[in-house]
Amino acid sequence: MDKTAIKIDDLTFFYNSAEGDGAPPQDVLDRVSLEIERGSFVAVLGHNGSGKSTLARHINALLLPKGGSVSVFGMDTKAEELTLEIRRRVGMVFQNPDNQIVSNVVEEDVAFAPENLGVPTDEIRSRVDEALKMVGMYEFRTHAPHLLSGGQKQRIAIAGVLAMRPECVVFDEPTAMLDPRGRRDVMDIIEKLRREYGSTVILITHHMEEAARADRVVVMSDGRVVMDGTPREVFVRVEELDALGLSVPGTVRLMYELRRQGVDVPLAALSVDECAEALANHFKA
Amino acid sequence: MLKDITLGQYFPGSTVVHRLDPRTKILLVVIYIAALFTANSAAGYLIAFFCLAGAIALSKIRLSVMLKGLKPLIFIILLTSILNLLYGTGEVLAEFWIFRITDGGVRNAVFMALRIIMLVMGTFMLTYTTSPIMLTYGLELLMSPLKKLKVPVHELAMMMSMALRLIPTLIEETDKIMSAQKARGAEFDTGNLIEKARAMLPILVPLFLSAFRRADELATAMEARCYHGGDGRTRLNVLRLAARDYTALTLGVLVLAGIIVLKRFGI
Repeated sequence: MDKTAIKIDDLTFFYNSAEGDGAPPQDVLDRVSLEIERGSFVAVLGHNGSGKSTLARHINALLLPKGGSVSVFGMDTKAEELTLEIRRRVGMVFQNPDNQIVSNVVEEDVAFAPENLGVPTDEIRSRVDEALKMVGMYEFRTHAPHLLSGGQKQRIAIAGVLAMRPECVVFDEPTAMLDPRGRRDVMDIIEKLRREYGSTVILITHHMEEAARADRVVVMSDGRVVMDGTPREVFVRVEELDALGLSVPGTVRLMYELRRQGVDVPLAALSVDECAEALANHFKA
Repeated sequence: MLKDITLGQYFPGSTVVHRLDPRTKILLVVIYIAALFTANSAAGYLIAFFCLAGAIALSKIRLSVMLKGLKPLIFIILLTSILNLLYGTGEVLAEFWIFRITDGGVRNAVFMALRIIMLVMGTFMLTYTTSPIMLTYGLELLMSPLKKLKVPVHELAMMMSMALRLIPTLIEETDKIMSAQKARGAEFDTGNLIEKARAMLPILVPLFLSAFRRADELATAMEARCYHGGDGRTRLNVLRLAARDYTALTLGVLVLAGIIVLKRFGI
């Protein structure tokens, strides 16, 4: 089996400007090339307008390249007859849970995608149950979504995507509208998804702490990929990230400031535990 | 205050009436309306009345709830009755100025009032005992033969269920916008009708904007979840007609036939 899940080659994209505007279209994506391995967890970082959401929308053919190509599990997204298969294999979770729930009953909402795919009724039932159990919302299956909390709604939306049995899930700022608890729940589900299903996960975010949990971090700015590496490799580039308007995780910031004061500590401390250990080691020595 | 608005008020339950297939219930309402408009005698109305009373009893919906639903219609009922009262023919019972009340008029007025009340209560039985989703699904299935005439049945049903889905969200949004405007000194409860209407403008504009944005995002999310129209769609909950549906429909047809026979023989 091919190890590459998604291959983005020289992708260029711009939105057509409003009619009669006359202004030349601005590239939202400028020759982006990226290869994502099966089963990996990639975080895409960038401030607003960096093109990260536009990039995400190319991965399941919601947008089609204006230049270059996107290939998903060997399928070119420009091939119209493959669009449904691409969308089945690459699920997408959006920012606002209210705007992606389609039904007044939780289980009917989760069933929406398999219904569209023409899955037989018995199997829809088992998929819905499995997806709802996976996100820990099974006991809410007959509730009305609008009476649930934001975090719960987002878990329903994730279940709705999982019911397609996708091999890859793209999360487009899934925690941006959630409280800390909802945020934690969503991140836990992402980890569970990787552990139990071995899914490929692409997380679009601007929370550094969330990106720190990925295998690989891609930083975008002005429609280009400007950094690409493990969280450890990327987050130590504190000055560059600052220049892009992205703040590094608090722990890295602490280490960075300490080093500037001449304290000899390692810079790459991605978790609080790691940071505490490094500091303890330093003061012991 | 806005939370009180519910559309197609549905009272969940598990009685026989609730469990009837939505298609059966829709057809029964159609039959019932036909029967009401056929009936023109006390006997006919009595039969229709007993059918309605039986259905209400079986559904365990409280009578007070049913009567409350009639409240907004009192004006229409009164108006129709009075008009019928004044424009009847037959033996004159009372006369004043240019009006003449006849026994035929009284008869028409009473029947017309009964007809409207029973008609409305009958349709309430449908919406009170059927969830909006099931109702939409039932309508879609009943209208599916129209697909042959290129009527976009699935699309209409999908729009209806989307509308139902968005009502609570938009109500919540309206509440939020109203609070935001109130916090900035807007007043919604004072002034005359025109001032009140004008005060609604700062609510409607942001509400419409956000509704359009929502619709756009929802459409994208639906596409991402492989929505591609009604072709080849399956269902989580499939409707199947049970024995009770056939029984209910047979009863309905019998009642209608009975009323037609009564009318024919002028009883």
